[in-house]
Amino acid sequence: MTAIDLGLPGLAGVPTTDEPQKAKDYKSDQEVRWCPGCGDYVVLNAVQSFLPSLGLKRENIVFVSGIGCSSRFPYYMNTYGMHSIHGRAPAIATGLATARPDLSVWVVTGDGDALSIGGNHLIHTLRRNVNLKILLFNNRIYGLTKGQYSPTSEPGKVTKSTPMGSLDHPFNPVSLALGAEATFVGRALDSDRKGLTEVLRQAAEHRGSALVEIYQNCPIFNDGAFDVLKEPGEAAQRLIDLEHGKPIRFGAEGEFGVVRAGFGSLEVAKVSEVGEDALVVHDAHLEDPSYAFALSRLSTQDLSHTVTGVFRSVRRATYDDQARAQVEDAKAAKPADLAALLRGKDTWTVIA
Amino acid sequence: MSTGVDGGTAATGAQRPPAVTKLDRVVIRFAGDSGDGMQLTGDRFTSEAAAFGNDLSTMPNFPAEIRAPQGTIPGVSSFQVHFADYDILTPGDRPDVLVAMNPAALKANIADLPAGGTLIVNTDEFIKRNLTKVGYAANPLEDDSLAAYQVHQVAMATITQGALADTGLGKKDAERCKNMFALGLLSWMYHRPTEGTERFLREKFAKKPDIAEANVLAFRAGFYYGETTEAFAVTFEVAPAKLAPGTYRQITGNTALAYGLVAAAQQSKLPVLLGTYPITPASDILHELSKYKQFGITTFQAEDEIAGICAALGASYGGALGVTSTSGPGVALKSETIGLGVMTELPLVVIDVQRGGPSTGLPTKTEQADLLQAMFGRNGESPVPIVAPQSPADCFAAALEATHIALKYRTPVLLLSDGAVANGSEPWLIPDVDSLPDLTVEFATEPNGPDGTFWPYVRDPETLARAWAIPGTPGLQHRIGGLEKADGSGNISYEPDNHERMVRLRQAKIDGIEVPDLTVHDPSGKARVLVLGWGSSYGPIGAACRRVHKRGHAVAQAHLRNLNPFPKNLGEVLRSYDKVVVPEMNLGQLALLLRGKYLVDVISYTKVAGLPFKAEELQDVLTDIVKGVDAA
Ligand code: SF4
Repeated sequence: MTAIDLGLPGLAGVPTTDEPQKAKDYKSDQEVRWCPGCGDYVVLNAVQSFLPSLGLKRENIVFVSGIGCSSRFPYYMNTYGMHSIHGRAPAIATGLATARPDLSVWVVTGDGDALSIGGNHLIHTLRRNVNLKILLFNNRIYGLTKGQYSPTSEPGKVTKSTPMGSLDHPFNPVSLALGAEATFVGRALDSDRKGLTEVLRQAAEHRGSALVEIYQNCPIFNDGAFDVLKEPGEAAQRLIDLEHGKPIRFGAEGEFGVVRAGFGSLEVAKVSEVGEDALVVHDAHLEDPSYAFALSRLSTQDLSHTVTGVFRSVRRATYDDQARAQVEDAKAAKPADLAALLRGKDTWTVIA
Repeated sequence: MSTGVDGGTAATGAQRPPAVTKLDRVVIRFAGDSGDGMQLTGDRFTSEAAAFGNDLSTMPNFPAEIRAPQGTIPGVSSFQVHFADYDILTPGDRPDVLVAMNPAALKANIADLPAGGTLIVNTDEFIKRNLTKVGYAANPLEDDSLAAYQVHQVAMATITQGALADTGLGKKDAERCKNMFALGLLSWMYHRPTEGTERFLREKFAKKPDIAEANVLAFRAGFYYGETTEAFAVTFEVAPAKLAPGTYRQITGNTALAYGLVAAAQQSKLPVLLGTYPITPASDILHELSKYKQFGITTFQAEDEIAGICAALGASYGGALGVTSTSGPGVALKSETIGLGVMTELPLVVIDVQRGGPSTGLPTKTEQADLLQAMFGRNGESPVPIVAPQSPADCFAAALEATHIALKYRTPVLLLSDGAVANGSEPWLIPDVDSLPDLTVEFATEPNGPDGTFWPYVRDPETLARAWAIPGTPGLQHRIGGLEKADGSGNISYEPDNHERMVRLRQAKIDGIEVPDLTVHDPSGKARVLVLGWGSSYGPIGAACRRVHKRGHAVAQAHLRNLNPFPKNLGEVLRSYDKVVVPEMNLGQLALLLRGKYLVDVISYTKVAGLPFKAEELQDVLTDIVKGVDAA
């Protein structure tokens, strides 16, 4: 059978409600226990404020997490939830999403959880395109184990476990996801409520795996990791916000833009030098992931150019839709006759 | 008694040689190169025996390499089938007939053939190069080294090629059919029905009709060869066995286990999600189940062992029956998730088809050395029920029992099969589907906590199973996870007293699982020695006990199917014998548990050769012990 795209909207099959919902309906009775000032609070609030707009029945939403600070997230959501084991949330969520088409399944994970111990599950979930929304809180540090470098830490980082500086070359989560041919990849800053909400909205509407990288500040072990993206003077020079169908342009006055460079790569240029027509018009729906990948490579870990918004959003048949379709096809084609199965073809009878 | 399949042969109307010897049982071993199709040959002979109504038991033995170097000892693949006119328990210790397709097969197997045994060799392969490859200085067919056996030298490849000369098939392809020639010859010798094999070949090669016909022709050529040469003066008959009335089929352990899970899906009315990763010798469970989607079964071949069990647990959380299948190395990888299942108290069936260990060990050989891993192989106090099937057909009932426990008590259950049970086969009295147990579960639909809340860790007072509400149930939203739970509410709790209570509650739940009492088989009624086994050693132990009994000694036999919790009467049974012997294919793992729990000094008899016990060796061990006790 070839892959079938059933053409379903992202949340098809999940029951909706007409009852108006508020952010507080999504708050559980559990006391939130992140450190004061942790970026996780902002994301939690953004998610709780955003979910009512989907109009789904709360009991049909599930948050599954792994291990790490951000993985406490499900406890604070008044939905169903599972706080599982380190790195395995995408695999658990895959089973859940495959078994239950009527659920909206969200995975909450961090840079250590998703990219270190759980790297294998992440890439395989993305290539299968399971209908899951994965929120990857990237604070570039291990918080829960008290401050060791993570797979997204900048090289040379001095931490408790690397007193002479870390030696690892880091992952760029967006590049990694695109390398795995994820059908939806977005990025947002914890402090940018509007941008984050917009990416979440598009992720929710996408049928298939959606990876959303959220830059999240850990004031305790890696404070200010993303401050350059928040400082008034700096932010505009560095942040490149994507909008599908619009030329990619940024800077306080829109003085910079993104243009094509050699071998399919992209670079930043001054609009005054290259002219408006040279600017790349963002197309999130391009089948070939190379373009989105090039966007993710506009700068290194140094955040000199940080792209936010939706890099890629393409349609591809989801694993879980197809798995269910196979079961339905088989049910339609042959009866579920247990007695016939047990008898098989060759039997013999012993008479008393 | 009658047989369901007509016994007509390919040689209808032809003359039979006059001498027919009646036997009560025969053990045949087909041995050849991995590429010679010995598993298929053995399997077909087995089906013929089944169709004829014999009791039977089989033991395949093949290398872990898919194609080990041709013609070498490591590349030898064999299939042993034991068939009889009475109920037998094992695939047989030693063959009565050895079919050796090449020098390597002869060399690797001849030591098992007792003096006087029948040896049928394919002489075409006994050329200098092949002989040297396995270290034969001289051709054993030409000196007197095989004088102790009744040797039949047959140029199987040459004759097969001759028989297929007119088919237009290439020499190489024609030569490949020699295994069917061997099967035809043996089918003639033992008066086997042949229709089934011909039908099978035509179905198997439906897309290549010329190959199908060539195989049928080769099969018939073997049959006619027996009939027309004078080399075989005698043929043999093994009458159908007087098994309990009913309809039977032949089944392997892995297939029976897969059927058990299909039945569990039907009886529980739950969809099944098998999350798994290919591993020998468990992969056939995946292959089987992937064919039965019409029963609401989804098979997920994951990126690794961990993802396999995680997906299964995720499905269970969603109200499906999560199942994962693997072997020992895979259980090692799945341990953390089994622990999560213990903590979240979700149903999960974990199948471990044990093989030789440690590490990669002996992938295609059998062992029972994962018992302690199943029992204790997780961090913390993490009790898990264990069920072990005793024979291939028993895998069906064991799968149903494991599912029953998982669903009723909301717990991961370890189903400990092994290589011998998984790949071996025997007749199976097909159960009446109306007699299968009801496995339906009730999900929580109403709040059970204070102020209309739902508390996921409120327990059933009888079973101690927790309330199970699945996502999608309005008003019962709750969160579970791997952190310690507060008794009742299920909120995170680091309270010392709560942890103490929860650890003891989880243990008490598993300890309280209802398992049937252990029954003891003591035909004499006055045995002072008990043999206690578990898992696949049931057959050899049973066969050994029969022989000890025949020799006029009294010995009692009991077999454990539930390894955790043990049957309630186990301690009492152990204490009522002067001596308890525990044979195991490990270094004494059950013995360790029994001594630790019951303070009974059992005699541990162990073997870790990658092969099942032989009834013969157990018979000697038991006889010595019984004599010793009687003399004391
Ligand atoms: S350690 Fe860092 S990431 Fe973790 S809760 Fe505290 S501030 Fe947040």
